[in-house]
Formats: sequence, structure tokens, C-alpha cells
Amino acid sequence: MNQAILDKIESEQYRKEPLAFAVGDSVKVHTKVVEGDKERIQIFSGLVIGRRGHGLNSTFTVRRISYGEGVERIFPIHSPRIDKVEVERKGSVRRAKLTYLRDRLGKSATLVKEKEGRSEAKAAPAAAK
Amino acid sequence: MLGLLGKKLGQTSVYDSHGNLIPVTVVLAGPNRVIQTKTQASDGYNAVQLGFDDQKEQRLTKAVLGHIKKHGAVAVKRIREFRDFSLPVKPGDIVGPNIFAVGDFVDAIGVTKGRGFEGVMKRHNFRGGDASHGAKGWRRRSGAIGQRLFPGTVMRGMKMPGHMGQVTRTTQNLQIIQVRETENLLLIKGAIPGSNNDYVVIRESKKLRKGSERAQRRAAGPVPAKSAKEKAAAKVAAKPAADAKKK
Repeated sequence: MNQAILDKIESEQYRKEPLAFAVGDSVKVHTKVVEGDKERIQIFSGLVIGRRGHGLNSTFTVRRISYGEGVERIFPIHSPRIDKVEVERKGSVRRAKLTYLRDRLGKSATLVKEKEGRSEAKAAPAAAK
Repeated sequence: MLGLLGKKLGQTSVYDSHGNLIPVTVVLAGPNRVIQTKTQASDGYNAVQLGFDDQKEQRLTKAVLGHIKKHGAVAVKRIREFRDFSLPVKPGDIVGPNIFAVGDFVDAIGVTKGRGFEGVMKRHNFRGGDASHGAKGWRRRSGAIGQRLFPGTVMRGMKMPGHMGQVTRTTQNLQIIQVRETENLLLIKGAIPGSNNDYVVIRESKKLRKGSERAQRRAAGPVPAKSAKEKAAAKVAAKPAADAKKK
């Protein structure tokens, strides 16, 4: 019974519309930054290399190369400070965690772009049934 | 002094209006039944007796049940008296978490988790011995406990191994983050003594009193970070003042 109450408190804080992205996608994360009494949007763009946790504690990691240096930032999925996550390019990956990208540089660190219409092709047979 | 009996349900976290994740303890703090009110005239002091956690009558001792029956109250598991209760209540009333408001500071009283017979490192935070440099059999010991022929005895209150935990402890100055009246829940910032499902007492904080300047300052939270522009402006403003001082 206790857990049900705790779950309820947590689930109330979930994001109303879930963030639609997958591991391997190139994304732009829009975060709200408060400076003094002003609020502005800061964008962090990079590659989603993993998701972890569940419920309110779930986070995702975005990796980018900034001035030649790899930078990773971890965002809590349900944080109200995250305005939205824009998917720039879908990736096609076979792993849940892309930590192997940390050891790669340049072209080998880019993921194969998902073929055009692949996701639609997948959906079409299902719809036909 | 306002207070409530409650039950610790567990810990979780909530986002505040700034988007900060606040750790909270969820406490079931109602319904609290007013069993008896004491006044200066009747008992020589002012107090309110509250009962919490309704119980079958057959599960109580006759002594407790007799006391409850005398005041026409409902059988409860826990009873506690709060002196100088600042709300006007009468026997039969029900009080709940709504006696506190969001931002108030409270003290939480509970019985800490029992840890059994523990050594000095865990019990008193001693540092133990070296792990290396030829150390042997001296990893978790306390070291010397006395001096020489004078004083020739071990000082009283010397910290030694022994039973740890399962004592009543108070955590002071915890902030109320949410009050959920319909569910009888209080969300209190931080940890409180005891394990889940333990009974706790939540009372008005003794030190950070409601409305006091210190309490207000604490409730306001940390000052938001200044932007680079503002910082530069503040520097410029501070400079002439510093120059003037030099002169």
C-alpha cells in the first residue's frame, strides 16, 4: 500500500507528453535556464547514447564533440526544465547503450542513417493486417 | 505547540516550481483523533491528547481502553500529548496534515533503526587502523582508551562498541514541501528517523519558529544564480565604492 502511494506521487510528476526519441538518434535538447529573473532556452545537441532508470528517476545521456573534446550530459527525462527534445536524425543501432562510441573518433563515430521509409515500411504490413 | 502523530511511508522525490528535485519523506499524518483536552483549571497545564491509527477495541489493554472510553473516543493504537496546542480543538475532533502549511518548518521524532551490537567505526565514526604498511589485525579497532597510572581509570563516557540504534531521535528544522489533505499525507524535505511503517511525531519546529526571520530566509531557498551581465554590473557598481575607500 505504501508503494502505491509513493508511485502515485511520482507518477503525478511524469511528463504529460512523453519525449519521443530513441537511442542512436541525433537530438537537440531544449533546456530552460534561469538567469537572475529571466528564463531562456539553451540547446544541447548531440547523440543519445543511452537511457537508464525507470519512473521519475529515468535519465538519458547525450554525447557531442565540442571543440574536439567529447562532452556528455545526462538529463532527467521528467525534469520540467527540459522544454522539448527535437529529433534531428534517426539512427539505426543494435545496442541499448552506445558507450563504444567513446573510443571512436571522426567518421567511425557516425551512425548509419536510417533508410528512408523504413519505419513506414515496417508499419505498413501491420496496418494491412 | 502544534503536532501530529503519523506513520513514515517511505522516501521519494518531487520537483519544485524551479525544477529542482527535492528529496522528501512521505508521512501518513491523519486522521488524528482528539481524545482529551487538558486545561490549566482541570489539570494544571494546557495540552491536547491525540490518537492515531484506529484499532479494534479488543486489541487494546483495558487501561487504555478505559481512558479512551471515558472521553468517548475511538480506539487507537497510539496516543500522545502535545502541550499548548495552538488550535482550538475539543474531544472528538479530527485533525490532519492541514494544520501545517507548505513552507513551514517541523521537527520529526522517531525511533531510529536498530543496528544491534556495533563496533566503534560504525557507531562512533572512528577511523580504525591502517589497511596497509604492515598492519595486521588492527583494521577496525579503537586504539588506546586511557592514559597511565594517572588517572589509572577509563574515563566515563568513553566511546566503545555497543548497541547502536533503536533510540528516540529528533531531526530538527525540516521543511514541509506538500500537504495532501484528502490523502492525509505530508511530504517533508529530507530524511526522518526510523524505518518505513514506523510511527513518528511531526511537530512545529522548536528552533525555526513560524514567521521568524530565520525561517522565512530558509523558506525562500537559495538565491538564484546571477547572469554574467548582472555580475559585471555589480562589479562596476562595487568598484567606485572600493576606490572611495582607498582614498
